[in-house]
Amino acid sequence: MTSWGRLGATPHNVVPLRDPVDTRFAISHQNHRGVARGMGRSYGDVCLNPGGTLWTTEKLNKFISFNTNNGRLRCEAGVLLRDIQRMVIPYGWALPVTPGTQVVSVGGAIANDVHGKNHHVHGSFGNHVKKICLVRTDGEVISCGPENEPDWFAATVGGMGLTGVITQAEIQLRRVASPWLDTETIAFANLSEFFQLADDSETHCEYTVSWIDCISGVGGRGLFMRGNHADGGGRKVPKSSKLTIPFVPPVSLVNKLSLRPFNMAYFHLNKWKAGKGSAYYESFFCPLDNLLEWNRMYGPKGFYQYQSVIPRRFAYDAIEEMLKEIARSGDGSFLAVLKTFGNRQSLGMMSFPMSGATLALDFPNHGNRTHKLFERLDAIVCEASGRIYPAKDARMPRDVFEAGFPRLNEFMKFRDPGISSGLSRRLMGS
Amino acid sequence: MDIKKKIVIVGATSAIAEHCARLWISPHPSHLILIGRDAARVNRVAADLKVRSPRSDIQVIETEFLSSEAIDTTVNSLFKSGVVDIALIAHGSLPDQVECQANLHLCQDALCINGVSPALYAEAFAKEMEKVNHGTIAIIGSVAGDRGRRSNYVYGAAKGLVNRYAQGLNHRFSGTNVKVVFIKPGPTDTPMTAHLKSTGAKLAPVETVARQIVDGIDSAKPVIYAPRKWWTIMMIIRHLPTFIFNKINI
Ligand SMILES: Cc1cc2nc3c(=O)[nH]c(=O)nc-3n(C[C@H](O)[C@H](O)[C@H](O)COP(=O)(O)OP(=O)(O)OC[C@H]3O[C@@H](n4cnc5c(N)ncnc54)[C@H](O)[C@@H]3O)c2cc1C
Repeated sequence: MTSWGRLGATPHNVVPLRDPVDTRFAISHQNHRGVARGMGRSYGDVCLNPGGTLWTTEKLNKFISFNTNNGRLRCEAGVLLRDIQRMVIPYGWALPVTPGTQVVSVGGAIANDVHGKNHHVHGSFGNHVKKICLVRTDGEVISCGPENEPDWFAATVGGMGLTGVITQAEIQLRRVASPWLDTETIAFANLSEFFQLADDSETHCEYTVSWIDCISGVGGRGLFMRGNHADGGGRKVPKSSKLTIPFVPPVSLVNKLSLRPFNMAYFHLNKWKAGKGSAYYESFFCPLDNLLEWNRMYGPKGFYQYQSVIPRRFAYDAIEEMLKEIARSGDGSFLAVLKTFGNRQSLGMMSFPMSGATLALDFPNHGNRTHKLFERLDAIVCEASGRIYPAKDARMPRDVFEAGFPRLNEFMKFRDPGISSGLSRRLMGS
Repeated sequence: MDIKKKIVIVGATSAIAEHCARLWISPHPSHLILIGRDAARVNRVAADLKVRSPRSDIQVIETEFLSSEAIDTTVNSLFKSGVVDIALIAHGSLPDQVECQANLHLCQDALCINGVSPALYAEAFAKEMEKVNHGTIAIIGSVAGDRGRRSNYVYGAAKGLVNRYAQGLNHRFSGTNVKVVFIKPGPTDTPMTAHLKSTGAKLAPVETVARQIVDGIDSAKPVIYAPRKWWTIMMIIRHLPTFIFNKINI
């Protein structure tokens, strides 16, 4: 089994969970410690357990109830966000938070407390979860939510699957007037322009995100994209055409030769096209979902994503520093994303989002060279009191993790002793 | 008033059947009757379908699969309130061949649940549909029924029985408005084959198989291989001369 970063396949004992009732039995009768796995859309080892057991939740894929009047949806933990969206959109409801791919499970979205392009309005996924059913390996079943057993809830939202297996969840959806978005793309020349645009946009735009050119070294130019749900619908839903990267090329296609021209062309083409437009929610939220298995593009050695968040007051300086380091290294990728998080507090003890700015980049795996660069980036993140996103991580050192997540000790009390992952052993010692 | 199609699914917790149900209800609300051995499990599927299509009527029936009386009464009762448009017979279980060889009791169970029971259901539906000269009986078999192989001939024999049964029914109803469709899925990604997946077997996505089944039933094709490539593969396997066939380990 491997995760989205394809950094290497390791053997696992895979145990599919068949239904919420069986889950109790299935996870408590194991010799090896296990961990739940949704769609494996995490980049590193948070959803892996090399040499141990993985409880896959793909078959926990049933809806339980949906109240079209108040937007309360109950479903099992393996249901995909994509399936929820497609089912509820015709009723004028939507998930308040969707990450950059919809092909993730509800359990995975809760366990990593994922964020979307609208953090400054809606916070993260956990902010909209009203209840979860958590099954522990000792057979205990805990029903918790923001009001009921709030400690268990706070440990489990963002808890990386380490507090138990989530079998069911109740989510509060939000109303949308239309699945279409009115969008606008604006080119910016440097980071100060970016922050200016972010500040201006957050007051009147629900969605904001930027692509940033991390290669050219011209100081953080990029494209700012913002949008709001349109007022009315009625437009025809576009047919999605799916393309697959059919095999793993022997070497990474993402390299110095391809990156520079790509970033240059992407910037200029889009700058030229900049302005107002309209987009269907799926292609706006998740532009890559139609390019199946694009992670193969990085070749057999796989790739890392480095995503950090820096508190607002240090964000400008730290991100400028990081971009310089990256430009100097010549690595980096097509996908450099910069966005601001708003002030809404995350519920989870270990949730990643906090008020500030977050930078996310993919890096082809060049072994030592890549790790050296990460060390320099870590230093900048720590110095600026930031943190690294465990869902995307496969290598951060323990001290960087501990510095970034001050509630770690509190969280440890809620861990399920029958659960362990690659990440938990690497960063928490067991 | 829109007229809802009345669709009966025997073995509604089977993943293939469930995905067919999702396809049937998604464009047009339907009247679904889900039949299973364990009401709790069928109710879980029913709740899911109800969320996906609130305007569909979804009914659950718990019954025995191995008793001819129970089958007779269940099917009979379904027609009391009007004709059935589609009956999908989808139940079955994948037995362990080696265990069946060692334990005659398991062997009997496997033959009954995969062979005798679907045939009895088909006969029961045939009787009712013949009276009204309307309806489609669709039965899920398997490519395993096309030729006995050492790795799964108990399952294969049971599916082969149903294959002949469907062939006969098809003959019986030719020229009438009763249609018989026999479906042969290749290895599909379902809970039944989860153990194969961990050994690296290539499994077809259940959504694809369900789509082909639903389309095939629509056009009343007598035999559907899903995915289609299994038609070619099985044609070759069926025609391999015994002296070659016996040398390969499949
Ligand atoms: C293209 C792409 C874009 C992305 N964009 C974003 C983004 O914008 N924002 C963002 O926040 N993330 C983003 N991500 C990351 C992704 O949203 C998270 O990694 C998400 O958690 C993956 O969900 P999953 O179902 O694949 O879970 P997995 O990756 O399989 O598992 C993730 C964690 O959830 C736990 N888990 C899964 N199911 C359960 C369960 N039932 N009970 C308990 N624990 C469980 C696992 O143990 C693991 O710790 C992106 C990923 C990709 C590939």
